[in-house]
Amino acid sequence: MLLLSLAWRSLRNRAVITGLTLVSIALSVALLVGIEHIRRGVRESFAGTIKGTDLIVGARGGTTQVLLSTVFGMSTPTGSVSWATYERWRAHPAVRWTIPYVLGDAHQGHRVIGTTAEFFSRYRFRDRSVTFAAGGPPETDREVAIGAEVAERLGYTLGREVVLAHGVAAVSFAEHTAHPFVVRGIIARTFTPIDRALYVTLDGLTAMHAAEEGAGGLMMGPPSPHTEGPAPITAFLVGTKNRFETLQLQREMNEDRTEPLTAIIPGVALGQLWQTIGSAEVGLRVVAALTLVVGLIGMCVALFASLESRRREMAILRAVGAGPRTIVALLVLESGVLATLAAGLGVALVYGGILVARGAVEARFGIALTMQALGTTEWLYLGLIVIAGTLVGLLPAWRAYRNALTDGLSPSL
Amino acid sequence: MSVRDARRGTTGPAVAIRDLRFSYVPGHEVIDLPALEFARGETVFLHGPSGSGKTTLLGLIAGVLTPQVGQLAILGTDLTTLSRGARDRFRAAHLGYVFQMFNLIPYLTVRENITLPCRLSADRRARVTDPDAAARVLADRLEIAPLLEARVTALSVGQQQRVAVARALIGAPALIVCDEPTSALDADRRDRFLELLFANVAEAESTLLFVSHDLSLAGRFDRTLALRELNRAAATGGV
Ligand SMILES: Nc1ncnc2c1ncn2[C@@H]1O[C@H](COP(=O)(O)OP(=O)(O)OP(=O)(O)O)[C@@H](O)[C@H]1O
Ligand SMILES: [Mg+2]
Repeated sequence: MLLLSLAWRSLRNRAVITGLTLVSIALSVALLVGIEHIRRGVRESFAGTIKGTDLIVGARGGTTQVLLSTVFGMSTPTGSVSWATYERWRAHPAVRWTIPYVLGDAHQGHRVIGTTAEFFSRYRFRDRSVTFAAGGPPETDREVAIGAEVAERLGYTLGREVVLAHGVAAVSFAEHTAHPFVVRGIIARTFTPIDRALYVTLDGLTAMHAAEEGAGGLMMGPPSPHTEGPAPITAFLVGTKNRFETLQLQREMNEDRTEPLTAIIPGVALGQLWQTIGSAEVGLRVVAALTLVVGLIGMCVALFASLESRRREMAILRAVGAGPRTIVALLVLESGVLATLAAGLGVALVYGGILVARGAVEARFGIALTMQALGTTEWLYLGLIVIAGTLVGLLPAWRAYRNALTDGLSPSL
Repeated sequence: MSVRDARRGTTGPAVAIRDLRFSYVPGHEVIDLPALEFARGETVFLHGPSGSGKTTLLGLIAGVLTPQVGQLAILGTDLTTLSRGARDRFRAAHLGYVFQMFNLIPYLTVRENITLPCRLSADRRARVTDPDAAARVLADRLEIAPLLEARVTALSVGQQQRVAVARALIGAPALIVCDEPTSALDADRRDRFLELLFANVAEAESTLLFVSHDLSLAGRFDRTLALRELNRAAATGGV
């Protein structure tokens, strides 16, 4: 207790240098913990891109391609799935609901998705469902619902007329002018790729392509309205009646001979994708760790520098009865107190930063920073920082120990 | 030997040295003392020129330095047989030390500086009922009472030295060692300081070992020793 109070008073006595050291270590701690926090936030946002869907089914192709094309609107779809096949799987006893996706058209570089009302009632992201900032889902074949980013970038409001184009290029050469749509709803911001897409009904797409055909226009719509009956779709999402049946159903779909399909489990596919893109985070962590090392070296230097001017103090303590070990303990305690305070301050900085910036970060990047408690990784870091900080104090302490033994009571200043 | 000494739990002469040798660097002996002894309650004046080994000898007596050869008994305890930790405890319990200057821990108040030995040593603590009260009594006697809660950096050198004496005396240790405590004081303040020191050492019934190169002070002490004559190392190789 005496030592702790001595260490504390001594640190306070050198307030400026202590403060600077404290801030420099605290900043590195904040960087390390903050990066970990953001990493978790990003990971959770990413994993929450699609929830509640048990299977995503597309034409036979790579897992990542199916995931990217349906959920993220990136990469090209693996092909198409005939309406008959879709109907057959929809009637499967294990299936509770399905959401069909028809892709291939665009508007001003934004993806257009033809789907059913199921999308608006069943689709989940981060345990939330799709809601509307204004209006509602498209009901007729002339209505379109647009994502928040589409509305914002293009300045669209309800009632605005929208002409879709074939293909996803920003400047499209083939516009479906014969069948314009009207904005029926603006989807509230989701921070998922939904924000960047437009949603129409299946009938809407069919009618649009039929209108082109009728007008003798281009006939290159990917799920082309070929023969009789409803047009093929690009992919469909499946919710099963029972989670245990998901794996069984996935196998059945993947092995079915009638029409080759690829059924993926979104959670698993997202995890795999994260593995491949997540390696960048290692680099971030390394940089943060290096910053911390620099901070600790700074502390060591500060302690060393103070040591020379404190030899007198050490001699006094020795004369009053403190042993060399007490001197060592005092210095190690000082660095330990400093490291602990720095760790605390660093964490405070992180939470303070989240509190201040989370609105802006969520609005700008769609990363939900929460005031959640520290995770095990963070606690591990903090523990390591305090231990490392304390150990760093051992170096000057060892020096002081040797001085204490040889100086006697008249330190050669 | 007084009742007080019995209570302090020590016996024997204050200092008893025989054939003591010490060197900082092997081969360069700083101390080579055939014999030195003085009794309890004596006030001893030890003088010698700069570099003759005065501070070194005090470090040996305080148990901060370890002699290479010889016997060194303080208050009847042979320091050479004690472990380093035991020597530290012994020093904390039985010795009061006053330096030439810079005696005080800069980040503690005057009161905290004075009571520091009580916080470091259980023995010292056991001999005072209330360290703060003891500090007040000593501060009163040493005429620094108004400064008790002051920061030590705000003190004059003379005041600092009196605070150091108060710290050396708290808990009445058997041996008070002063290493040129007056060399930074002018004549008036030096005389007042010595008066207060003597009065308080007498009050505590402690032995006083006072080191200085200022021979004019010698007359006030019971005994005067010249280190140069005692120390064979200094006689041959001193500065
Ligand atoms: N820590 C040390 N390491 C090596 N040599 C030392 C050390 N301290 C003192 N000495 C040497 O030991 C000798 C005696 O030094 P000491 O400090 O005991 O002298 P002193 O009599 O107290 O002198 P002064 O009156 O100047 O204080 C000197 O020659 C000095 O150089
Ligand atoms: Mg000296």
